[in-house]
Amino acid sequence: MITVFRDVYSVLWVDIRFLRRHLLRTLATSLASPILYLVAFGYGLGQGISFDSYPYLAFVMPGIIALTVMSSSYTGAGLKLHVDRLFYKCFDEYLMSPISLFSLAIGKTLIGVVRGLISSAAILVVGILISPTLIVSPLFLLVLVSSCFVFSFLGVLIGLVAKSHQDLGTFNTLVILPMTFLSGTFFSLSQLPDPVKAVLYFLPLTHSSQCLRAAALAQPFPWLSLLALLGFGLAFFAGCMVALKRVSV
Amino acid sequence: MEEAIVTEKLTKRYGDVRAIENLNLEVHSGEIFGFLGPNGAGKTTTIRVLTTLTKPTSGCACVSGFDVVKETDKVKKEIGVVQQHLSLDRDLTVRENMEFRARLHHLESFERRRRIGELLDYVGLTEQANRIVEDLSGGMKKRAMIVSSLMHRPKVLFLDEPTVGLDAQTRRRLWELIRRLHLDGTTIFLTTHYIEEAEALCQRVGIIHLGRLIDLGKPINLRQQLGLVAVETLVNNKETRYQYFADRAAATRFIQNLPPDAKTIIIRESNLEDVFVELTGRKVGDD
Repeated sequence: MITVFRDVYSVLWVDIRFLRRHLLRTLATSLASPILYLVAFGYGLGQGISFDSYPYLAFVMPGIIALTVMSSSYTGAGLKLHVDRLFYKCFDEYLMSPISLFSLAIGKTLIGVVRGLISSAAILVVGILISPTLIVSPLFLLVLVSSCFVFSFLGVLIGLVAKSHQDLGTFNTLVILPMTFLSGTFFSLSQLPDPVKAVLYFLPLTHSSQCLRAAALAQPFPWLSLLALLGFGLAFFAGCMVALKRVSV
Repeated sequence: MEEAIVTEKLTKRYGDVRAIENLNLEVHSGEIFGFLGPNGAGKTTTIRVLTTLTKPTSGCACVSGFDVVKETDKVKKEIGVVQQHLSLDRDLTVRENMEFRARLHHLESFERRRRIGELLDYVGLTEQANRIVEDLSGGMKKRAMIVSSLMHRPKVLFLDEPTVGLDAQTRRRLWELIRRLHLDGTTIFLTTHYIEEAEALCQRVGIIHLGRLIDLGKPINLRQQLGLVAVETLVNNKETRYQYFADRAAATRFIQNLPPDAKTIIIRESNLEDVFVELTGRKVGDD
């Protein structure tokens, strides 16, 4: 067990060194989109609108935190891994070392979690300042950390299976981008017809934003959504292990 | 003699493509073994199988007595690998890269620091230790790769085309380093398509072509089979013919009996390129 922790930390260590060297750039790129969404939807379109009896800014803020977690964790875990594997080809160094695939998967996931937490902490500070109704409860933090893991696992999985940069771009355009806008981040799913709603429940960000919103606005908590989110996490982690086994032979 | 690497009928296929075919090989402990062949001959695939990165389709291979499929963790502790391309994290410093590899191989903190200092000094990179890898020259990058691969004191070091793209002076400095590693007891398995590299460094050479081992032995023995002296003659002003002789006396007798239309006669020592061309009908540098 101690060896597993040590190996996980070794894998994380190198990515932390990289992150420390590029912290400002990383933070700026992670926060650019959420701040744009906040200005455009929160202050621009959303002025004077209320949703579920909350001012739109208070309503949209948890959604924006959810998508910040998604983009930072997914990109933080997946992009460097993908570039190291396909472009720089230095991912083999991990595979030739005597660390387990489990440690490698968790270590590579944790850098996404770290980046997700840093970015979401930054946007959370902004959120609390502009929307004081936001409640940062233990349940909110639990969902936040769980979401970081779920999207980091997804990042590692895609980083391992994408066969080219085009593959990665295609996945981002066809899955990540629609998920950003359609997962109840900017609007309430209750407005949508049931068949559309059913489809959107197959997106992990839907559950993440619903749970974060419920926790942040002290609404009844959707425990089933939390379970679904954890289910996505398990499925993505299992996918990571299968993908690692495939690339390691 | 103890064998560092043994392969038996080792075969790797990618679909219908046979990357290596029935490879039988023994590399002795402590020797510099050269795997010579053109690009696409199967050299890198052999290294990938021996370093546990790729599973063979059939056959078996052992490194330091451990099976590369069944005992991968034990094999990984025994080997160091310097890949053909830059496999360091280019955004980190040389020291950070070395520390990273030491961590992956479970070296304790004290041992890491000591080993990093020792190895940086060994290859003359102490002053470059805190430079970002991306900013180093080609030769320095390669030396940084070699010391990173040595952090855990591997018994067998795999060098895949170690001097490709380096200038002549840097190449010779790397050769010196490889010889020093060999003198310190490391078994070295080196692939190259540079004839002079194989001749300068390797005690034994395996010649690989289209995935098959076509000859194996000491460079001098391989040349002896062919003839130590080569004679090049230009016939009819268009075709160069190569003939090989056991010694200069035999070569001289041959030249004296050449027809008058034979021109541009060159007498020289044969080399491994000649051996390769005679065996395969093509040059080592051909793609």
